Amino acid sequence: MTASATAAAVHPAADAVAVTRDLRPLRLITCGSVDDGKSTLIGRLLWDTKAVKEDQAATLRRDSGQQNDLGLPDFALLLDGLQAEREQGITIDVAYRYFATDRRSFIVADTPGHEQYTRNMATGASTADLAVLLVDARTGLLEQTRRHATIASLMGIKQFVLAVNKFDLVGYDQAIFDAISHDFRELALSLGVRQITAIPMSALKGENVVYPAGAVMLWYDGPTLVETLELATVRSAQAGGFRLPVQRVSRPGESFRGYQGTVAGGSVKPGDSVVILPSGMIANVKQIVTFDLVRNAAVAGDAITLVLDRQVDVSRGDMIVSLDAQPMTGLEFEAQIVALQPDGIEPGKRYWLKSGSRRQRVSVKPLSQLELSSGSWRSHADRLAMNAIGKVRLSFDEPAIFDTYDQNRSTGAFILIDPDTHNTIAGGMIAAKRSGGIGIRYEGERVVLSLPADLADQIMASELFANRRDEADVRRMTSAQATELFQNAASDI
Amino acid sequence: MTDVIHAAEPRPASSTKPPLDPHLKALENEAIHIFREVAAEFERPVMLYSIGKDSSVLLHLARKAFHPGRVPFPLLHVDTGWKFKEMIRFRDEIARKYELDLVVHTNARGKAENVTPFTHGSALYTDIMKTEALRQALDAGKYDAAFGGARRDEEASRAKERIYSFRTPDHRWDPRNQRPELWNVYNGMVRKGESVRAFPLSNWTEVDIWRYIQAEDIPLVPLYFAAERPFVERDGMMIHAEDPRLERLPGETVQHDFIRFRTLGCFPLTGAIRSRATTLDEVIAELEIATVSERQGRAIDRDQSGSMEKKKREGYF
Repeated sequence: MTASATAAAVHPAADAVAVTRDLRPLRLITCGSVDDGKSTLIGRLLWDTKAVKEDQAATLRRDSGQQNDLGLPDFALLLDGLQAEREQGITIDVAYRYFATDRRSFIVADTPGHEQYTRNMATGASTADLAVLLVDARTGLLEQTRRHATIASLMGIKQFVLAVNKFDLVGYDQAIFDAISHDFRELALSLGVRQITAIPMSALKGENVVYPAGAVMLWYDGPTLVETLELATVRSAQAGGFRLPVQRVSRPGESFRGYQGTVAGGSVKPGDSVVILPSGMIANVKQIVTFDLVRNAAVAGDAITLVLDRQVDVSRGDMIVSLDAQPMTGLEFEAQIVALQPDGIEPGKRYWLKSGSRRQRVSVKPLSQLELSSGSWRSHADRLAMNAIGKVRLSFDEPAIFDTYDQNRSTGAFILIDPDTHNTIAGGMIAAKRSGGIGIRYEGERVVLSLPADLADQIMASELFANRRDEADVRRMTSAQATELFQNAASDI
Repeated sequence: MTDVIHAAEPRPASSTKPPLDPHLKALENEAIHIFREVAAEFERPVMLYSIGKDSSVLLHLARKAFHPGRVPFPLLHVDTGWKFKEMIRFRDEIARKYELDLVVHTNARGKAENVTPFTHGSALYTDIMKTEALRQALDAGKYDAAFGGARRDEEASRAKERIYSFRTPDHRWDPRNQRPELWNVYNGMVRKGESVRAFPLSNWTEVDIWRYIQAEDIPLVPLYFAAERPFVERDGMMIHAEDPRLERLPGETVQHDFIRFRTLGCFPLTGAIRSRATTLDEVIAELEIATVSERQGRAIDRDQSGSMEKKKREGYF
């Protein structure tokens, strides 16, 4: 913070213009125990990718009055931005940090390693594509590592990086690295995570973080952390059916009516047949309008305005979906939730549930709770305390619309809001619609029809059907499957 | 009067524009999603408009989010009376051009008491003419949601701020008690008098802002580009010396050189940098190799450590 810094002329470098961002930003979460050196690692990432500027470093030096062994500022202070955190020397909340290489940019959710980790980790993990799990090379995997890995996988993260940190303190011993990474691989595989990279590093010395460790670890020929992050994949929900949660209806004049929202799955193009849920009305896509041009197609992630070919009743909270790959609609679902607030989750209390743009009343019945130390589920029907992860049954007054979280991290996710405090008290992931067999919720006789798809579509588009959509079960299948179904049904009688 | 803007009108200029790269597209999509969500969930949203580059990007995104309709909320500019003249000219021209509903508010009490950066010091001046003025304007408009252009990469306390940042009826921010924010599911439930500040640019960095301005051809106040301008050096900062209200201190002389501004605020508190960057390409090239952060040119951040957090808790944006 000196006059020389301000008044210094900045000379453009000709080769610096060519920065391109051909990839979407990678969102990652870093997890580790208190002393694993997590803040040092992120500080190192920011420092070596030049995301920290000189004046910020000067502020750090001034605030801390201390430097680490290398004469670099105390990186932890860079992240612990709140005064309370600096005073107490702890991280109390998720911090978001940004850095970029020539190939890609990164959004890091840095979460606390302290006891109240679960809710903060769940928050950071909800948007992450990849988790970096930090361990101290001297201690190897801890119970905490299992907890973090379990939460990360529950939140749908499919890529793990194991950062075996402080590797300089174990003499760069390959046998230690092999043993720790073997243990971790077993753990990750037990959680169903298959994309695993283990890296020996020293965040303090900057070895294998952004720059290779070189001579001290000649036996290691794997990637640095940043190389791994550059090559990681960004999740995409483009494979499944089209999903557009309607945020708002745009009616700027008599002549125009568009449904605005962000595509939460699949893709859409003009001419596609779509269903409006929960009403079940059917229409065709006429136009995809954006500011710049009328588009030929839109894919998951795009914020669009959809125009349909006919007047249908669509309002905020509805979902426009592809006709041939619909989400589940129903009154009862099973889900996993993370309790985020001190009051926990009360069985039977009526909360607000928000998913996409849809908000509705729900009551929650706990079924079991995850024991993080062992990774096993224990039967549990009482209140779920803060930081607990539970399996629950959700019961709605009006039809709810979901995919499973496995299939779609957008339409399978929700938050619970306390109607008294208005605070967000849980994050949840849909596991399944509560099935119990077709028609089991309904009294009286049922009829199963097998119809040509176009005829079924016409019937479902009728007002009569739409009004009682929730009483009907609809499955789409090939005629061969239908034949088989009816043969099976006949043989049961 | 119809609200439709260019509804059926082809946009020939844009047909030659290359599509946004995936990185900027992802940021744009996220911002549009936030704009639409807030506009749908709140009764009286308003957009804080500071005329700077981030506000210019914010405004552009708002226009995109609600196209082909108009931006469905007013813009609020808190005018301290000490903005660069070019900023005010630019503001009025933009409001006219895009048919925006612009609300300008100045703290009448501060103006009557002649509160200036020179007489009251930057901290007290900012407190009265910006923070207090903002609270007055938000109360007067009964706004329950206010969009701002703040980015998490700007400053340490902002790194922890939510996209929907909850405020008490007296506009206070409690950083220790923020609502968790998972996925892109935002909790917009507030009681009467409570409000949120919504930050669609939370995940943007300074480089992203500039690259988006370039890709989308967004108009900016010319002060962002280098030109030969008069200035005085004061407290290590180069202060623009165009406004006659800037009195020379003993020993100060007006110099002329090619300078530009990385951020724009009140001219007595905003430092310029020496630069020859007259185009967006050149500005971005400078930025890629810059070794100091943009807020380095802002006097108000330097008053004390954690000063931004303190201001935010008191209601500063």
